[in-house]
Amino acid sequence: MKQLVDLAGVFAYISLLTVGGGMAAFPELKQLTVDVHHWVTFPELMHYYSLGQLAPGPNMMMVASIGAQVAGLPGAGVVLVAFLLPTGLLTFAIGRLWNRLAAWPWRKSIQRGLGTVSVGLVLAGGIVLARGALTGPMTIALAVGVFALLMMTRINPALPVVASGLIGIGAYFLH
Amino acid sequence: MSARPAAAALPVAPPPSLWRLFLGFFVMGATSLGGGVIAYLRTGLVSRYRWLDDETFVELMAISQSLPGLNATNMSILAGDRLRGWPGAAIAALGMCLPGATLMTAAAFAYGIGGDDPISIAFLHAIAAGAVGLITVVTVQLGAKMLTEIADYVFVALTAVLVAFFHVPVLYALFGVGALAIWWHRPRPDKAPDGKDAAP
Repeated sequence: MKQLVDLAGVFAYISLLTVGGGMAAFPELKQLTVDVHHWVTFPELMHYYSLGQLAPGPNMMMVASIGAQVAGLPGAGVVLVAFLLPTGLLTFAIGRLWNRLAAWPWRKSIQRGLGTVSVGLVLAGGIVLARGALTGPMTIALAVGVFALLMMTRINPALPVVASGLIGIGAYFLH
Repeated sequence: MSARPAAAALPVAPPPSLWRLFLGFFVMGATSLGGGVIAYLRTGLVSRYRWLDDETFVELMAISQSLPGLNATNMSILAGDRLRGWPGAAIAALGMCLPGATLMTAAAFAYGIGGDDPISIAFLHAIAAGAVGLITVVTVQLGAKMLTEIADYVFVALTAVLVAFFHVPVLYALFGVGALAIWWHRPRPDKAPDGKDAAP
């Protein structure tokens, strides 16, 4: 029971940090689930993140995996509700206020200010993930390859990401 | 001359039933692979179902991005509310998240069984590496849209360094650097009301 309460608290908190995308909260997700609560190891967290890339819908549905690993189906349910409900209610409320906020001069300031910081947060999330994921020449080459391919073409991002995984399997068999 | 109907680029269909709404978002939630859920939402909501016009979509997108929460979930809530009120918002978010959440819960059990297999590890580790490339692209694209002056780049660098290297909690960075950036972009009387800089 204590564990479910902890899961709810941690994921409700993390959800409030996802400004600009789920990746903005990744440093905190790692800190709380790996270093503080020891629910998963860093490699496990990265592997769930990878699986989240392969699943349809929002990538951060991978939080359900952490809940399920810690406390089974109830864990997954608690994590999903904690992760989605508070920010969902906030979005719902602000969405209805929005027209009234349209004339408020600070609205644009908040949008620009938070937009800028969210770019920094997504970047920080990428750096934290890179520290765990880029462990040798091959993984660095994969990251650079995916980056270059997606910058130069307009293909579905899932394709080079899945291709990375297959190259990883190929490299395993070559060793 | 009689009044003409509103001349929109694409006529907007009448609001769907709650069941049709759920089904629409469920299909979008189940087919949007590769992280670009927003692109799938735009295709679905604006072009395929014609539940929203493009202008409304862009407006809801702006709200989604400046609030906490996943962009795709926020978009579902806002679009669902526009179409069917609060039940629509709940149903749309549920439909969007259900496929991925179910799969990821199942994935945890599968990972418990086969996760320590060296082939799985090689596969998942390489995908994480590829995802680093993808996130870098997302950062560059977000940055190209959001960063307009040198001060913006300073805020981005400050945030990233504080969080990634000095382990400052994201919340403090959000409030600290966020407040600084909002103050920097504060409304100024010498700027035109539409937000564009007035002539110096």
